[in-house]
Amino acid sequence: MLQARNITVTLGRAEVLHDIAFDAAPGQLTAICGPNGSGKTTLLRAMTGDLPHDGRITLNGAGLETRAPWELAAIRGVLPQASALAFPFTVLEVVEIGLSRGRSGGDPEAAMQALARVDLDHYATRPYQALSGGEQQRAQLARVLAQVAAPVAEDGPRWLFLDEPVSALDIAHQLDVMQIARDFADAGGGVVAVMHDLNLTAMFADRVALLAGGHVLAAGPAAEVMTSETLSRAYGCRLRVGAAPPPGTPFLLPQAAARAAD
Amino acid sequence: MVALTDPAPGARRAAAPPSRLARARRLHLWLALLMIAVALTSLTVGATGVQLWDVARSLARGEELSRMERVVLFDIRLPRLVLGLAVGAALAVSGAVMQGLFRNPLADPGIVGVSAGAGLGAILAIVLGGLLPPALLGLAGGHLVPLAAFLGGWASTLLLYRVATRRGHTSVATMLLAGIALAALAGAVSGVLVYMADDNQLRDLTFWGLGSLAGASWGKLAAALPIMLIAIAGAGLIGRGLNALALGEATAAHIGIPVQRMKRLAILCVAGATGAAVAVSGGIGFVGIVVPHLLRLGSGPDHRALLINSALLGAALLVVADMISRVVVAPAELPIGIVTAVLGAPVFLWILLRQRGVVDL
Repeated sequence: MLQARNITVTLGRAEVLHDIAFDAAPGQLTAICGPNGSGKTTLLRAMTGDLPHDGRITLNGAGLETRAPWELAAIRGVLPQASALAFPFTVLEVVEIGLSRGRSGGDPEAAMQALARVDLDHYATRPYQALSGGEQQRAQLARVLAQVAAPVAEDGPRWLFLDEPVSALDIAHQLDVMQIARDFADAGGGVVAVMHDLNLTAMFADRVALLAGGHVLAAGPAAEVMTSETLSRAYGCRLRVGAAPPPGTPFLLPQAAARAAD
Repeated sequence: MVALTDPAPGARRAAAPPSRLARARRLHLWLALLMIAVALTSLTVGATGVQLWDVARSLARGEELSRMERVVLFDIRLPRLVLGLAVGAALAVSGAVMQGLFRNPLADPGIVGVSAGAGLGAILAIVLGGLLPPALLGLAGGHLVPLAAFLGGWASTLLLYRVATRRGHTSVATMLLAGIALAALAGAVSGVLVYMADDNQLRDLTFWGLGSLAGASWGKLAAALPIMLIAIAGAGLIGRGLNALALGEATAAHIGIPVQRMKRLAILCVAGATGAAVAVSGGIGFVGIVVPHLLRLGSGPDHRALLINSALLGAALLVVADMISRVVVAPAELPIGIVTAVLGAPVFLWILLRQRGVVDL
């Protein structure tokens, strides 16, 4: 269980998150959505321990501040939005760096498996810096997957924190990566993902927290949060949510959108 | 939902390629052999005609060494060799650690202001040392300049660290910029002191500023060697952490590295190694940039091997530079900093040209 209570974050002089409560359960994919500047990434970074914040965050029953970095690394992996690499490491070496504190201890097989999972095993010996943006994002995902190894271990579920995991990907790899996250949740792990693409969110997320202006506007099962009215209010433009005939997945047509002011 | 992932990803997986780390670790042995070969050669080269080979032959025959042979070998060449090895290793490792810490292949203690601080300390001691009360002078003995250089390097590192650290978080960018400011300030103060200096002091300043191993003695070694060795060994502990830091501070923490603690250790190591090296040998430049860069080209950037290889190659390189400095204008000698600058500056420019667009501060 991931529980965040009374989370307030101040960057410089501006308070960007106001007294937020957020929950995520293992076995589920929880998406954080909202317009630009609504505090999605800030909330994620507070929950991964990167930002000083007021309030209390517990992961698997223990406060974040009570765990050493290597203890946290064993139970959760974090995929940042963008990653610059300072030295000419190969793709495989980047994935292996993720293993440096893990239990498999730099096992090249574990790293190669993770690379195969994101469809990059044939690029293992290439310099990371020579990959495209989307490929780099997938290589980083492989690093995170290698770090947490299995969705569940004896001492509890493992967690993935993904900050816009599909922002740089083509549609086939968007679906691929979301399916990896989905599989991780279905196998008992917890996934928290900051998402921009509302259709992918509707397809893959169990629960959605919708942020606007540093507040949680709505949180709950995806189908309940992703309604025309709530989304229109959050994004400040008229949106109409439809449902695709067969499985009843909600979807929306940007063609139906219009500025709120219109 | 459509089946989007390969049902058996393992089936078509490529085999794990040979690891660059293993190759880089095999390099330890070759570099160690190189260092030993260079060291033995260096013992035979010098202004006097004493040859290592002759000495070894006399020893094998059980003959006593002549007094001259003993003095040249054990009191002049050996301390100088040990100092060269230690300073070379310390400077190269400091460079590698700084580059890892700042995530920039052009970082160097010379750039971050550690050397500038140490240099300021030395200049203060040379120019104003005479104003100290004689009792204090007696206490420092002949070590006033090295001592002041060491303290200057240490103080400037601490100052930079304080400026760049807020709420337990050290900003590398702030530290880099503060280092530039500190170097400029140290340069200005040094300028004033140089202006005030008399002719004798000026010659001291010039010679010290260019760097030299000529003052090597067992006494100096006893003071500086332990600090350098401890700092180099400490740097050996943070190879993994520096690898993770290449992905950024946040990611290094997510991987499980105690980032703040590691950075503190890295800064201590750099201050110790650079401060002690500058204290006994003056301003020897470019070793810290050239050595790690060549090694990264040859055997990859993995710090677990890079730091050890840097120590070995740095030691060998500085001893070679010292031999050149003794031979070129024999029986006089060039300051070694001139030799390393002539060897190193083109390499530095070459890095810049090769990495234009990749290197961004």
